[in-house]
Amino acid sequence: MLSFIVFFPLLGVAIIALLPRERERDAKWVAAATAFVVLVATLGLFVAFDRDETGFQFVQSHTWISGDIAHFDIQYLLGVDGLGLAMVVLTALLGLVAVLISWRIELRPKEYFVWLLLLETSLLGVFTALDFLLFFIFWEIELIPMYFLISIWGTGRKVYSAWKYVFFTFFGSAFMLVGLLVLGFAADTFDIRVLSQMEIRDTLVPVQVLFFFLIFGFAIKLPVFPFHTWLPDAHTDAPTAVSVMLAGVLLKMGGYGMLRICLSILPDVARDASVWLAVFGVVNILYGALVTLMQTDLKRLIAYSSISHMGYVLLGVSALGQVGLTGAGMQMFTHGLITGLLFVVVGMVYDRAHTRQIGELSGLAHQMPMIAVVMVIAGLASLGLPSTAGFVSEVMVFLGTFDKHGALTILGVIGILLTAGYILWMIQRVFLGERLPRWEGLGDATAWWERTALVVMVAVIFLIGIYPAVLADVIETGVKPIVEGLA
Amino acid sequence: MGDMASVDRLGPELILLAFAGIIVLTDLVVQRRWLVVGSSLLAVAGSLLWAGTLVARDMRGSAFDGLLVVDDFSLFFNFLFAGIAGVVILASIDYSERFSRYQSEYYALVLVSAAGMMLLAATVDLIAIFVVLELTSISLYVLVAFLKDVRSSEAGLKYLLLGALSTAVTLYGMALLFGLSGSTSLADIGNMVAAANADTRAALVMAMVFLAAGLGFKMAAVPFQMWVPDVYEGAPTPITAYLSVGSKAAGFAVVMRIFFEALGDGSISSDWANMFAAIAAISMTVGNVVAISQTNIKRMLGYSSIAQAGYLVVGLAAISAAEGGFSLGASGVIFFLAAYAFTNLGAFIAIIAISNRINSDDIGDYGGMARRAPLLALGLTLCLLSLTGIPPTAGFIAKVYIFNAAVQSDLVWLVIVGVLNSVVAAYYYLRVVLQMYLEAPASEERVPAGPSLGLALAIACGGVLFIGILPSPLLEVSETAARVFGS
Repeated sequence: MLSFIVFFPLLGVAIIALLPRERERDAKWVAAATAFVVLVATLGLFVAFDRDETGFQFVQSHTWISGDIAHFDIQYLLGVDGLGLAMVVLTALLGLVAVLISWRIELRPKEYFVWLLLLETSLLGVFTALDFLLFFIFWEIELIPMYFLISIWGTGRKVYSAWKYVFFTFFGSAFMLVGLLVLGFAADTFDIRVLSQMEIRDTLVPVQVLFFFLIFGFAIKLPVFPFHTWLPDAHTDAPTAVSVMLAGVLLKMGGYGMLRICLSILPDVARDASVWLAVFGVVNILYGALVTLMQTDLKRLIAYSSISHMGYVLLGVSALGQVGLTGAGMQMFTHGLITGLLFVVVGMVYDRAHTRQIGELSGLAHQMPMIAVVMVIAGLASLGLPSTAGFVSEVMVFLGTFDKHGALTILGVIGILLTAGYILWMIQRVFLGERLPRWEGLGDATAWWERTALVVMVAVIFLIGIYPAVLADVIETGVKPIVEGLA
Repeated sequence: MGDMASVDRLGPELILLAFAGIIVLTDLVVQRRWLVVGSSLLAVAGSLLWAGTLVARDMRGSAFDGLLVVDDFSLFFNFLFAGIAGVVILASIDYSERFSRYQSEYYALVLVSAAGMMLLAATVDLIAIFVVLELTSISLYVLVAFLKDVRSSEAGLKYLLLGALSTAVTLYGMALLFGLSGSTSLADIGNMVAAANADTRAALVMAMVFLAAGLGFKMAAVPFQMWVPDVYEGAPTPITAYLSVGSKAAGFAVVMRIFFEALGDGSISSDWANMFAAIAAISMTVGNVVAISQTNIKRMLGYSSIAQAGYLVVGLAAISAAEGGFSLGASGVIFFLAAYAFTNLGAFIAIIAISNRINSDDIGDYGGMARRAPLLALGLTLCLLSLTGIPPTAGFIAKVYIFNAAVQSDLVWLVIVGVLNSVVAAYYYLRVVLQMYLEAPASEERVPAGPSLGLALAIACGGVLFIGILPSPLLEVSETAARVFGS
């Protein structure tokens, strides 16, 4: 079942590749159908998932590579626990949204949708792989589609941004590779399930260094200050759908990796590093929020706000407890939705107005009421208004962290104020304010694909906000073994 | 032991040499290009077949009073070199129109040097090694100069002079070993080294350094790489491919033979392991850093091949593991060589096809190649990704496998150097990809590839993907071959 979900997009890729040139416009239909099937299958998985069981479910395991001389046994090993499942659902959901909002892509549509589907496969692979090397492979594969998507279909300094993205990630994963080889040699396996159970002590490098090697790549991806500089460039210059995937799913690879690898496999070091994680988390929250306040470009604004919000994830992780980690998981999911939606809306505004400068836009609620309403909802969710998804996850993060790092948590809460500041200020200037004749000709979101994308995401944001247990229960089962390992 | 058995064991090489003679002689009477090409391909097929029957009949053993040995190691290289020669011949068919007069000599020389390379992996006696080293080199000197234009002649002369120098150095090392042991057989020398005392140690170290220097020329590792860029640029492109893959692999084969069998004793092996570790680090760094500034794609791949030699030498340094003896590093080198052969041949074949039409090796002229030649660009992209070491390609598995061997030999620092180099390498490999996919084409004219080039590219890319996705068969074969040096 998991293999089906992970590799089904490749079927779409094959069909698109075989489309004749004169029918290249149909690529989007193939992509949409593929993404839809994946989403349905994923939801089936979500329903079938046993919430009382804490281990990995739907496990598929085959020997893939078996080295005799070298300790080099790699399994084709897929499975999900609650955490992985949440990320898979998020990926499938945003995967479909990304296809829908790319409906008007005219430039080389076949290639575009091929890369988008390949990206989906690699992301689903990251969240389901339970062999560290397999995980790493999916982690690396993801670079290729991103590189092409940003550099060909992006805007602005797209080539530079694509490079920067690739280099930062590649640099981080270089250390991850060293770490995973050292770890694999010490434990004689790459099986994450086994590694999590073992006590890793005798390694070629001190375990603290090993921990650093492993977390470095995740920290770049999350991103953690001061390794965040790729993010604003990549997010801003990527095409809308890719920004959605980038903010919505790719950043979560970092948080997910920290939980799945660093905390699970090296809990002792994680305990020692806890306060540092919290410090970096708070720095991320405040720095990100402060820089966001200064942005004049809509997309850049959302991009920097992501840095701030990923700080909450890191803060939740630093709690090393049930509530904090669940909160971090929730925050990853809800931020994926909310920021994904923000990017969708900004993309729609840009498509119509052809500018993202906040200073030039004004009173757009008159011309595009639906988009404005959705923006307000997404914005309020982003600043953590109760009854939206953002509230639940942020509260859990702060609750979970307060016991452990009281002072830092209080500092972190300031971030919420700043968030309220930049979100409301942005909505005020772009959607409210004076009605300008320059924007009279603009239309609202009327096409079915736009409306579907908006409605689905808004619905899920409210669903989780009103009934968080639907997601929290699942994430909790995934977090439980990690917490037990840390205790 | 009858002499027939010896001849039988030499079969794969004899077929190549016999056909080489026949081709040159027939050409005096009938001049038909298809006949020349056909019979060279037939020779390769015959050689492969014969090697196959040697395996099937289990004809492993020594021949010609211990000058030659047929074991899993030499058999592996029989297949590898026959395969490489076959692909090079396929790739030469279109290209060789440029030197219509000496067609038969060209193909005959390719066959002769292939036989020499095979023998380099099979000979276990210094004199025999020296003779086949010359056999390989001299045919390659001629092939490099085959275009007979200024560049090609200069390249040939340069290659000849530096080659002669390196031969002299090698010979000096060999003479020292002979002087110390009174025997030219690698096994006898091995016994002598094991019994060596402090007095002979200085001479041994000197012999070791000379041999590494002389053979380092063949491996194209820094600091014996000076010839590479000019020769690669000037030589006919199929020969450049041949040099970068075949000649290099032969160099590694003979180095493994001599160092593992004759100089394998613990008293000296740690010395040369350290030396190789240094060479590896320098080769990777120099090759990659200099490659960045190249504008000619052949020169760039020249420097890239120096860097790749560095990754390979990592395997030579990875010998200090407790178990498995030399087989750990050797299996890494062998696997890497095979993966690299497919990858680099593929890259060069694509370049041959493209430059045949656009008459330029300038990376700038590759703009928009994805439109003009979609399949060639795709193939080249795949090979470049494999050279970078991005999954799911052969290059990724090869790199991880050889780094894994290094980690298990406690060479974490070298692995860190290696992975950081991969980040640097990504820049210049992906730059070509970007050029092909992003830049506007210089003209709309399509760049077709002939059937033979297409077939060769398909073989290479098929191999790259197959090894990348299902590495197990090659891994098993590599380990079997490496066990020759094993515990």
